[in-house]
Amino acid sequence: MDSQNMKNIPGSDTISTFTLENGATVLNFSNLNSHSIYMIGILNGGGGLDPSEKTGLAHFTANLLSRGTKNISFSDFHSQLESIGANLVFSCGSQHAWFRGKALAEDVELLFRLTSDSLQYPSFSQEYIERLRNQLIAGLTIRDQDTSEMASLLLDQHLFPDHPYGQPIDGYTETIQSITRSDIIQFHNHVYSPADMIIVIAGAVDEQEIRDLSEKYFSTWKIDAAIQPINKLIPLPPANIIRKHKFIEGKSQVDLLMGCFSPVRTSPDYMPVFIGNNILGQFGLMGRIGKVVRSKSGLAYYASSSVSAWSDVGTWEFSAGVNPENVEKAIDLIRKEMKRFVKSPVTDQELDNSKSHLIGRMPMSLESNAGLANAILTMQRFKLGFDYYQKYIGQIKSITVKHILTAAQRYLHPDRLVITSAGPGEDIK
Amino acid sequence: MNSLANKHILENGLTILTKEIHHAPLISHWIWYRVGSRNEIAGKTGISHWVEHMQFKGTPKYPINILDAAISKVGGYWNAMTHLDWTTYYETLPADKVSIAIDLEIDRMANSVFDQKETELERTVIISEREGNENEPMFRLSEATRSAAFNQHPYSQQVIGEMQDLRMISRDNLYDHYQQYYTPGNAVLAIAGDFKTEDLINELTLKYADIPVRGGSSQINVTPENRIDIGDQITVEGPGDTVYVQISYRAPKATSDDFFALIVLDSLLTGPTSLSMFGGGSISNKTSRLYQKLVENDLSVNISGGLQATIDPFLYDILAITSPDKDAQLIIKSITEEIDRIQNNSVSQAEIDRAIKQAKALFAYGSESITNQAFWMGYSSMFADYTWFDAFIDNLEKITKNRILSAAQKYLNPNHRIIGIYRPSHKENG
Repeated sequence: MDSQNMKNIPGSDTISTFTLENGATVLNFSNLNSHSIYMIGILNGGGGLDPSEKTGLAHFTANLLSRGTKNISFSDFHSQLESIGANLVFSCGSQHAWFRGKALAEDVELLFRLTSDSLQYPSFSQEYIERLRNQLIAGLTIRDQDTSEMASLLLDQHLFPDHPYGQPIDGYTETIQSITRSDIIQFHNHVYSPADMIIVIAGAVDEQEIRDLSEKYFSTWKIDAAIQPINKLIPLPPANIIRKHKFIEGKSQVDLLMGCFSPVRTSPDYMPVFIGNNILGQFGLMGRIGKVVRSKSGLAYYASSSVSAWSDVGTWEFSAGVNPENVEKAIDLIRKEMKRFVKSPVTDQELDNSKSHLIGRMPMSLESNAGLANAILTMQRFKLGFDYYQKYIGQIKSITVKHILTAAQRYLHPDRLVITSAGPGEDIK
Repeated sequence: MNSLANKHILENGLTILTKEIHHAPLISHWIWYRVGSRNEIAGKTGISHWVEHMQFKGTPKYPINILDAAISKVGGYWNAMTHLDWTTYYETLPADKVSIAIDLEIDRMANSVFDQKETELERTVIISEREGNENEPMFRLSEATRSAAFNQHPYSQQVIGEMQDLRMISRDNLYDHYQQYYTPGNAVLAIAGDFKTEDLINELTLKYADIPVRGGSSQINVTPENRIDIGDQITVEGPGDTVYVQISYRAPKATSDDFFALIVLDSLLTGPTSLSMFGGGSISNKTSRLYQKLVENDLSVNISGGLQATIDPFLYDILAITSPDKDAQLIIKSITEEIDRIQNNSVSQAEIDRAIKQAKALFAYGSESITNQAFWMGYSSMFADYTWFDAFIDNLEKITKNRILSAAQKYLNPNHRIIGIYRPSHKENG
């Protein structure tokens, strides 16, 4: 990559950061090329904190934050946003509650005001709890018919047995039905706190404006909730092949998933596995896996692999959508590719191609305000350092075929996988 | 918005649209062909989409997987889409690597191989794609509703094609389709990003001008269908525990003045949506009339609207999702009543102003992406002209209460629509 392509990469010289007295961290990247701003934030309140009998509580709570506050009704909340073409959404992952907002730059204050009000003073009205409960349950009935979602749910259950990550963030119909207003208020009071909150804003606003707005809208939020990290130990990796299938009536195609653990985000093995995965199931039309399963065998419309990494665990997943008759054939082909991948080093050509691809696509991932804000959040969340993306190219270039082979052998065991599928065919329990 | 587009037409008929944007070191290169499911006949449905797949199977110069590696290696991404009126291929990549995209697209406009073995492999891939679609209740409902909404017009068919046609289409059928439609005169090249227009035009002219004109006429004889003959209600049954209610009205073609009135109407009824298929963000719809009427009254859990810019009149769809214990007929009645209110002059200027502000915001969000800007230039050329995009906001701002009233009365007629209901097998509803 030449120096021209380095422009617009956020670093310590272009990211402004400050911490409020209550612990909230605010980061800003001024991008005056755009007319809009993008805000993203995380704080304590992820699905990993759900009690097992109330699975879905964190998700329910986060979704209620945009259903009105003690100061503003549901209708006024959305009227103010929609009338100016802005958007503000609250959601929930395993580890955090999230918020994401977008507005024209001139309307940035509205996003701060509504976010602050929603996080601190949600009304949790019974009317909207019941309405949302119906919507969530409708979503779960759709999920139960979705072959991809059900294969994924099965994979999580068997990769993380007896661990919150094995439970679906959106819960089950029976747990959603059992959640009361009191559960929600209690969860919010005990868990939501500014102390660990990170807010990132990228777009056409300057540092001083963001600093003033942060002080105005978030400094009054006092810490009265204890941070509750997810303490439960990550289960051991699968000791053999665990095969599960969920029959879903009336479907034409099977969604197939195969998974195991991968390195955490800060592990030295992360980058070799990330690049190795690109060779295995991403590069071009889905790497080696796509070539074998789709291009050479015509077995699937899609076949690929992906790596996800967090602070306490990572997962490596292989997926394909196949005709019911071809499921076992696809599993065999993918496992053969895994075996080849952990037995012999990738070629120098493959590595050069993937390195070049990952370096070349960086400007695209940082093109929009959303891309910039997400990159800054990743650096802050995983404590990677604000020079992470500026050193990214060097990091990628430093990875060798041996690094990839060694890391792959540590994590990828073709005879120790969870293999799940959903669609036509009898249940495998 | 950035600078306006420049237009050049080469002697072989290829139209080139360029737009300089310098906020990131990227170029997005899109080649659009005026061929989609609108150009298909019975027995050959899905052929345009299949040809799109075959375009990734190589040429003598760039054999299969070489094409792929060439783009991916420089960090670019590429893909293709087939729709009702068009097929498009795009690459977004570092600005100094744009020649790769140019060389690939020039080569596969004329030299794709259509190997017999690759054709058969792709047959099963496409059948697999269709089977994936069939897993979705909304696909099944859309397929049935669209089929009922047209008599003869090819818009009645899904782009993926009928399963029996996918089993029968031959390599030669595909190659003939390719030869007929993949010619410079039937194509538009839209390119946006970090370049100097004069230098780029020189390079494009030098390279694209050599592609020979070939094939027969790409003009087709399709009779547009206007009003849906009679109101009809169809039911699709299938697995699941969710009910989907879709109401489809005939929509005006994109070049009709009424199209912009319908965009505002859609925004009032179901909330603003971007016409872009490629980014641009979204705005929630919780203050829209039908969200208030249906979701806030617990009749449905979701409501959305769908309008597409097309050459011929297509459909405006309203979709509600609900549970089997709710009354689907009451949902239909409520939608009809709300439309009736609009037809009886209940629209305020403030509502119109809000819809326009929302559209402007969606445009601002979309303009952050170079890929999206190149998309819009080519996309609007498929059903109108590239200036359609530049004039989009101006045309929306011209919408008046009277035009909305008139469009609602003309297009949202309860006697000329198709109602489709997907209901779980063995569940009573409505």
